[in-house]
Amino acid sequence: MSTETGVRVEDKLYQNRYLVDAGQAHIKVKPHSKPSPALLSLIKACPAHCYEINSNGQVEVAPDGCMECGTCRVIAEGTGDIEWNYPRGGYGVLFKFG
Amino acid sequence: MIEERFDAIVVGAGMSGNAAALTLAKRGLKVLQIERGEYAGSKNVQGAILYADMLEKLVPNFREDAPLERHLVEQRFWIMDNKSHTGLHYRSEDFNEERPNRYTIIRSQFDRWFSSKVREAGAIVLCETTVTELVKDAYGKVIGVITDRQDGEVHADVVVLAEGVNGLLGTRADLRERPKPDNVALAVKEMHFLPRETIEARFNIKGDEGVVIEAAGTISAGMTGMGFVYANKESVSLGIGCLVSDFQKTGETPYDLLERFKNHPSVAPLLEGSEVKEYAAHLIPEGGYNAIPNLYGDGWVVVGDAAQLNNAMHREGSNLAMTSGRLAAEAIFQVKSRRDPMTKENLELYKKMLDDSFVIKDLKKYKDMPALLHTQSQNFFLTYPQLVSKALQNFVRVDGTPKKEKEKTTLKQWVAARSWTGLFGDAFRFARAWR
Repeated sequence: MSTETGVRVEDKLYQNRYLVDAGQAHIKVKPHSKPSPALLSLIKACPAHCYEINSNGQVEVAPDGCMECGTCRVIAEGTGDIEWNYPRGGYGVLFKFG
Repeated sequence: MIEERFDAIVVGAGMSGNAAALTLAKRGLKVLQIERGEYAGSKNVQGAILYADMLEKLVPNFREDAPLERHLVEQRFWIMDNKSHTGLHYRSEDFNEERPNRYTIIRSQFDRWFSSKVREAGAIVLCETTVTELVKDAYGKVIGVITDRQDGEVHADVVVLAEGVNGLLGTRADLRERPKPDNVALAVKEMHFLPRETIEARFNIKGDEGVVIEAAGTISAGMTGMGFVYANKESVSLGIGCLVSDFQKTGETPYDLLERFKNHPSVAPLLEGSEVKEYAAHLIPEGGYNAIPNLYGDGWVVVGDAAQLNNAMHREGSNLAMTSGRLAAEAIFQVKSRRDPMTKENLELYKKMLDDSFVIKDLKKYKDMPALLHTQSQNFFLTYPQLVSKALQNFVRVDGTPKKEKEKTTLKQWVAARSWTGLFGDAFRFARAWR
């Protein structure tokens, strides 16, 4: 994905260290037919660009690059759009500098 | 289940958690600290500035072995529009003192060191362990935690929630609400590596001297937010943060905002040729005094960012975190010394101690600032910065226009943009909120 300034989020995340807990997504989008405004706003608000809209018009999350900031939780947990947990101990982003 | 019973469990090993665990352990309490990162610091993100005074109260001789970057000799405040910055810089030789007041630090390294002090003091620090739930008894008193380890339930007289701004436990146990989008800022940050000499030349410093730049203006695209540039030894920490509610409203993306800030003509030369080694994101509590939740209850206290203890006006957070952690621990120690139970009634002592400290006094002073800045962000972060730039350019550009005419032009621009009522109203509201 390329944005207005031409920055590629994937390139930024590539510099980071992660220990991915395979098959254990710590964030889940609840099943929906039409995404709510809160859910849609995550596509742009998530700093790791973990949210994307699929060909059926539903919002999906792929939290492998997640930095565990909680922005999506603050926006969309209360609206019931997502389920948010921290990764299991030791997994997830491992900041080298922080 | 860990059979042992602890006097206190501290959840989290950031600034507030380490301060609490260290103080409790030094006071002889049996402490278990639980951290979900592979080591203390691996999940923590900050600018970062360290305030010596608050750390000295915990580790008096920290300068001997703490991983410090640079001590600050200069503070730059920048008001920016797209092409300019108007600066207020304060630099003093007084800051080259024996025991400097502020340092830049790198959190993953600093927290690891801080955690080693906690272990030395006798606390058990359990890393790579996520606390998933608080355990309550039949009366609703918190009596322990459940972790994601096998048989991971542990009990203690009191639980110190140092779980950070995005802490799940307190919310899930109905001890406090989830932060609201207009009470937290999302900050994104990059670590830019450069040779030491290059950093010293670009920031006009030598040895271990350091510089901080705090910037506001059109860089936040009309949102309530700020940028920062901190000089470390061999790296520059750079970032920008804005209210989550503003990101939602505007549809701006955090990474584009960061990229524009980096490309600003006043910032780009500082970073030229750097190697970026990390991209991080974190929430910052911005709600101030009015967003502080209940700080204590039966069997628990909450400290640091989890309690929204952050002074957004002065960009201070880690010192409030350390102080709240230390005071919570002192209060727990006093209750324990009297052999009293860790009830809500007895733990109120923590709140009293915090109320008497700079933490609550400072947050109270600025209690109306969030309401002012969060609702008038267009004026304060777009209109005024542009007006300031125009006024200063008009003032310094020599083009044969008589000075009186120049002053008239500037005044006209200000009145046209905000009207007399608007100007006086903003000044009045700002002064009142500052008081």
